[in-house]
Amino acid sequence: MSNQGFFIQAFIYLLAAVLSVPIAKRLGLGSVLGYLLAGVIIGPFGLRFVGQEGEDVMHFAEFGVVMMLFLVGLELQPTLLWRLRMPILGLGGLQVGVTALVAAGIGLLAGLSWQMSLAVGLILAMSSTAIVLQTLNEKGLMKTDAGQASFSVLLFQDIAVIPILALLPLLAIRKSSPVSLASNQLIFVAAETTKHASLPAWQQALLVLGTVGGIIIGGRFLTRPIFRFIAVTRQREVFTAMALLLVIGIAIAMQNIGLSPALGTFVAGVVLAENEYRHELESDIDPFKGLLLGLFFISVGASINFNLLIQQPLLILGLVLGLAVVKFAVLFGLGRLFRMELSQNLLFAFALAQGGEFAFVLFSFALQNNVLTPAVSESLVAAVALSMMLTPLIMIFNDRVVQPRFTLAEIEQEADEIDDNENPVIIAGFGRFGQVAGRLLIANGYKVTLLEQNPAQIDLLRRFGWKVFYGDASRLDLLRAAGANQARLMIVAIDDPEKTVEVVRLVSKHFPHLKILARATDRRHAYELIRRGADVIQRETFESALELGTEALKLLGSRSYKAHRAANLFRDHDEKVLREMALLEGDETAIIARARQMSQDLAQLLQSDNRELTQDVDRAWDISALRRSP
Amino acid sequence: MANSNRVLVLFAHPALEKSWVNRHLIRAIQGLESVTVHDLYELYPSFHINVELEQELLLAHDVIVFQHPFYWYSSPALLKEWQDLVLEYGFAYGDGGTALRGKKFLSAITTGGGEKAYCRKGYNRFTIRELLVPFEQTAVLCGMEYLPPFVVQGTHQLREREQIARHVEDYRRTILALRDDTVDWSGLRQLQHLNHGLEQIILSSETMPHV
Repeated sequence: MSNQGFFIQAFIYLLAAVLSVPIAKRLGLGSVLGYLLAGVIIGPFGLRFVGQEGEDVMHFAEFGVVMMLFLVGLELQPTLLWRLRMPILGLGGLQVGVTALVAAGIGLLAGLSWQMSLAVGLILAMSSTAIVLQTLNEKGLMKTDAGQASFSVLLFQDIAVIPILALLPLLAIRKSSPVSLASNQLIFVAAETTKHASLPAWQQALLVLGTVGGIIIGGRFLTRPIFRFIAVTRQREVFTAMALLLVIGIAIAMQNIGLSPALGTFVAGVVLAENEYRHELESDIDPFKGLLLGLFFISVGASINFNLLIQQPLLILGLVLGLAVVKFAVLFGLGRLFRMELSQNLLFAFALAQGGEFAFVLFSFALQNNVLTPAVSESLVAAVALSMMLTPLIMIFNDRVVQPRFTLAEIEQEADEIDDNENPVIIAGFGRFGQVAGRLLIANGYKVTLLEQNPAQIDLLRRFGWKVFYGDASRLDLLRAAGANQARLMIVAIDDPEKTVEVVRLVSKHFPHLKILARATDRRHAYELIRRGADVIQRETFESALELGTEALKLLGSRSYKAHRAANLFRDHDEKVLREMALLEGDETAIIARARQMSQDLAQLLQSDNRELTQDVDRAWDISALRRSP
Repeated sequence: MANSNRVLVLFAHPALEKSWVNRHLIRAIQGLESVTVHDLYELYPSFHINVELEQELLLAHDVIVFQHPFYWYSSPALLKEWQDLVLEYGFAYGDGGTALRGKKFLSAITTGGGEKAYCRKGYNRFTIRELLVPFEQTAVLCGMEYLPPFVVQGTHQLREREQIARHVEDYRRTILALRDDTVDWSGLRQLQHLNHGLEQIILSSETMPHV
């Protein structure tokens, strides 16, 4: 491809995305459908901007799926994954098995050979990881029961691709030497199974175990010093480069040993889920994932073969409908078996009732190995693509028509567990200030997300057993990754006063629901923070200075309680004045004049106490003038 | 409706999160029109009471209620602090201290011990009315009318939802009747505890005398 050709291509894809996604979102259709429609429009059956090379783009863009699984892994602590072992093996295994058998049965009835039927059944059992996860994420449904179940099934399917790839050549109708995957196909999603076929089985097994073990051990022990080494430089783009390097490196390693790169990066993600650099990795990889997935959806849209649909509309539509109905029925039945609540079960069944991107790969692989005939494979590929296209529409149907019937019951349920999965508090800056505030909250049983930018500090805190994440809180994407959308409070306890102002401004603008508690260095800083929208401010030295002043009063002969009350009075007065002055906004002379007036008032107030003692009759211990604020 | 009295409930409980009964009592009267619930421990956790504001509140209401658990035959510390600071000479009593004159005062308390504990032969040796004498005298000195107290007793034994619900409903009716002036005042003055004769002294709107 020439340079200019590349730019024109990029321009077309980007323009399609930029135009169609916002429109689709505005219409409430979700981004996935927007991308798919954009693909149809620029594809060979629309404006013909994209021709045959669209397929290459698709294979390249499949890397977005790999990145997505890496991100999914990052969100999934090993303990959570362990808890999901039943759904993954049980639900996932049964879904693939039962769907494959039912689909194969239909194939037999339609007159296909048993080999063909089995291959078709297995391939159609796959659902679309990309579409389902993206859609569920967008709707914020990943943490629901249905979301977790869908994820479990998809994960099992990703693993199942590998044995299916091994099985397909054995189903060949005409005996011929098994064909390995063409290297430009499946570069990323699945891997070549035959590369090391020459090795004896035990060596191959050893190789696989070694590589996966390497990823786990490397992720545990090597990444931390490496990330730290890079973080110290404070060059953000180098960190991004490192994150990409990590994902691509793992993908290559997995491909070389014949495993799915998606699976490999998923494992790496899980290993790094408890790493302090997790939020940084997430926010660095996320835009790449988003763009590549978008590209992938566009290329799926462009690949839909409308010729076939026009020539045999009944056959293709029948296949699409049959595929959706069979998958839905199997999923729904399994949901029942696993005691899923009705509304969740419906969501689960609707979400996964389509063919997946693996199907494209597996169909062409099956075709090359003479398992399927071109006629069968072509019409099924068209059906799968159309079913993927229908998924967002089915989800909208579920959202608007099916789920509203359940809303009442669900609201009641939600009230019981308020965001069990998300930490309600984010603390930016866990140094000497943030630590005291944070420890008080944690000691009271609140879950807190801690962000810190100084690698040395992170190391130290980790040694003391604190889970602190590396990251710059003045970055919007990082705040999102740290859960700012779900949290209730944000405590800004960063050392750098200017950065504190920036974070407060950013948070109050983009997360208006968050209550902001900010650390101020001095009075002027406090004014600035109040104006930027901090709900609570605390001057970092104020309380301790007041305590010291109280001690001084005592040494000067004041009784303790009187000194204590004088300090309370001073604090109230000072805070009132502070709020008032913050609103004078930058008017230097006004501030100074007001400040002078205020301190005179305060002095008068406090000293009147002593005078009254000598004048007043001994009636009550409180002296009225002491309380009357000016 | 003769919606004539404004009611101020000064509520003092240092550990509300641990008190079933008080939580339900206070919830039942929150948000009622012309009833101000003033949660002292929530407002003044460091005992730094804003006396001026408290005095303004007193001036703006006609019925003053102290709601609190009966700790050591008295109120929790913050409410005592409140009395020491807010009811000051020249405001509530003494020379020119007429701010509270003519208002009505009600103690609404909860006690752990049951009714039998509060009599000559019980382990508390005195009746509730006797033990509340300091509050009664405070009210009288300030020129307020002291009403028979509203007492929920034996909170340690109150396990049944229905039992609590009955007290809660009684309390709500009492506050509403004081607010709306639907009370047989002469009958009320005969009672030892307000909640012992609610049925007789709360008038429904039909039997209410027109003033």
